[in-house]
Amino acid sequence: MIHSKTITILVTIGLAAAFSFSPLAKANDQNDTDQFFKLPPIEVHGFYEIRAGYRTRKDKYQKDMSLMESRLQLDLASYLDWADLKCKADIIGDLVTEQADFDLREAYIFTMPVGFIDVKAGRQILTWGTGDLVFINDLFPKDWQSFFIGRDPEYLKAPSDAIKASLFTKAFNLDIVYTPRFDHDRFISGRRISYFNSNLNRLAGSDAVQHTDKPNSWFRDDELALRLYKNINNYEFAFYGYRGYWKSPSGQTANASQAIFPDLNVYGASIRGNLAKGIANLEFGYYESDDDHSGKDGNIYNSELRFLAGYTQEIGKDFTASVQYYLERMLDYSRHKDSSPFGLARDENRHLLTLRLTKLLMNQNLRCSLFTYFSPSDKDAYFRPNVNYKVTDDLAVELGANIFFGDYQNTFFGQFQNNTNIYTALRYTF
Amino acid sequence: MKLMYILIFTLIFSLLLFAAVETNSAEPNQPTKTEQPEEETPDVDTIITKANFVAYYQANDGKAKVNMTITNRQGQKRHREFIILRKDIEDGGDQKYYVYFLKPADVRKMVYIVHKHTDKDDDRWLYLPGLDLVKRIAASDKRTSFVGSGFLYEDISGRSLHEDTHELIETTEKLFIVKNVPKQPDTVEFSYYNVSIDHENFVPVKMEYYDKQNNLYRIIESVEIDQIQGFPTVLKAVVSDLRTGSKTEMQFTGVKYDIALKDIFTERYLRRPPREAIR
Repeated sequence: MIHSKTITILVTIGLAAAFSFSPLAKANDQNDTDQFFKLPPIEVHGFYEIRAGYRTRKDKYQKDMSLMESRLQLDLASYLDWADLKCKADIIGDLVTEQADFDLREAYIFTMPVGFIDVKAGRQILTWGTGDLVFINDLFPKDWQSFFIGRDPEYLKAPSDAIKASLFTKAFNLDIVYTPRFDHDRFISGRRISYFNSNLNRLAGSDAVQHTDKPNSWFRDDELALRLYKNINNYEFAFYGYRGYWKSPSGQTANASQAIFPDLNVYGASIRGNLAKGIANLEFGYYESDDDHSGKDGNIYNSELRFLAGYTQEIGKDFTASVQYYLERMLDYSRHKDSSPFGLARDENRHLLTLRLTKLLMNQNLRCSLFTYFSPSDKDAYFRPNVNYKVTDDLAVELGANIFFGDYQNTFFGQFQNNTNIYTALRYTF
Repeated sequence: MKLMYILIFTLIFSLLLFAAVETNSAEPNQPTKTEQPEEETPDVDTIITKANFVAYYQANDGKAKVNMTITNRQGQKRHREFIILRKDIEDGGDQKYYVYFLKPADVRKMVYIVHKHTDKDDDRWLYLPGLDLVKRIAASDKRTSFVGSGFLYEDISGRSLHEDTHELIETTEKLFIVKNVPKQPDTVEFSYYNVSIDHENFVPVKMEYYDKQNNLYRIIESVEIDQIQGFPTVLKAVVSDLRTGSKTEMQFTGVKYDIALKDIFTERYLRRPPREAIR
């Protein structure tokens, strides 16, 4: 929480600085200055939500209650002549961790210094790429913990403290995102969800919370993400580049005391467009594990090739289906195998299939959906059924589950079997 | 004498004929209604082309705020509010739509863009601001409900004239009634629909849909029409579903035409709605 607070203060200072140092702030007399800073009324929106979840399998390292929280989100927006301002924050009373929490989701200033450039600076949610709940070139922080315990999918995206500049030309468009200090995922640490701990060679949770050594210094441990894109006849082409770190712990220190985030560079491309009666997408990325090019170091993740192919089509009235095939291939597999303890080496290829089914009923007020991950190589699966009913325009009730299966306890989804949970929520939006 | 009468008659007749031809050829340049000769019934293609133009293609672009009220049989109401912007690529042909949602609160700030095509499936995108996600929508069926209302996607952006055969079945004092039969009956839920079109301004004032058993089951009525910047404009339309007893009222306010809209129908403005679109 201290982290959150520090950032909040920094963002506030940043916003204030943005006002005073703006190149546009050349107003001389008092009246102009007043005009320059004068905010129109602030729009206030948000929601209040109660969400509760329960583990259906016994997990000796966690509470039976997987989720029990009330959340107030306030979304404030305003604008000046030359900029838009936005601040969105959640105040959470969490009965599982038994503490109050504050999560600043967005706090940014948006401006257009010249007609062909957009700039967004501050805390923001960032997304790009073509995957559906599978990410290759989107290396912005994710919150897997929220995702697995049954919070709204909105919370899968964790905020970045970054500056995003977008350049629009006739020939191409370019997005540049600079994050001055590494924003890692809100990864599975064992605190809320148990995981497979390879050092202990067993499942672990609150008894063995992962300690990490984070790249943490401003402007040195930074991240840079680029996207060059163009729409040609409504086929969307994009090239991506990233320089930073593995977003979740992907290795450990030599004495195995701390998990680390090794250097990572990613180069990739994607295309998305119409195919037959639906939408098809292809994406790939080359993950260059920059601290261990040769793959010799058993403590650091191998370089990888990642590939995704997807297709979405409407298969009935208000009924949509989408399938994806995803591959993670290690590039120095024999070295990985040689350097891993016996029985703990991963497979060279991790194949993953996803299926999404969404059906709208009762004048689209009832949404039934199922998202499934299934890995034939890991022999594990993750089901996300969800039913959401809008009782009125403002009030929605929701029921869902996160169901994990696996033959082994060390595979990606298999390790979360004991986290299988059902949840329900009531949300009032205003 | 007789010959003279014949000559004079021939001369006058020729002059009249000449004058008539002249007027006729000059008519496209001066299409004032008062100068038109006796009102003749135009052919059905002219009627539906004009009506399609009036309903969907007036001016080069336009903007309106839309308030929808959906009332079910039990009288429960749901509200939708959004701003819709349109730009024509070609009259009677492709168009682009930009929809910015205001209400209900859970869809606030979502943006929906359609590149409408008359010869192939539309391209559609949806932007979810909470996730900063640009989603491409696979929707080949245009006859599904728009935002849960009684209006279908096709009612909002128009049904291509090529998809039906058209027949003028009745001409009343004020209305042309055109029967439209789908060329591919399997792709739609109706067997035919009749459109009543105003003689004067070619506004489609009523559309009646008949199901496969030839029972009337759905009616769309234009209940408030006004001239805006010289364009006859429907300001209120109501759709009634006779089978479910539900009703959707769509009210347009702040209608403006020829607003010199730039190309806001791109990913840039999907992620960041331009001020002219949302205020």
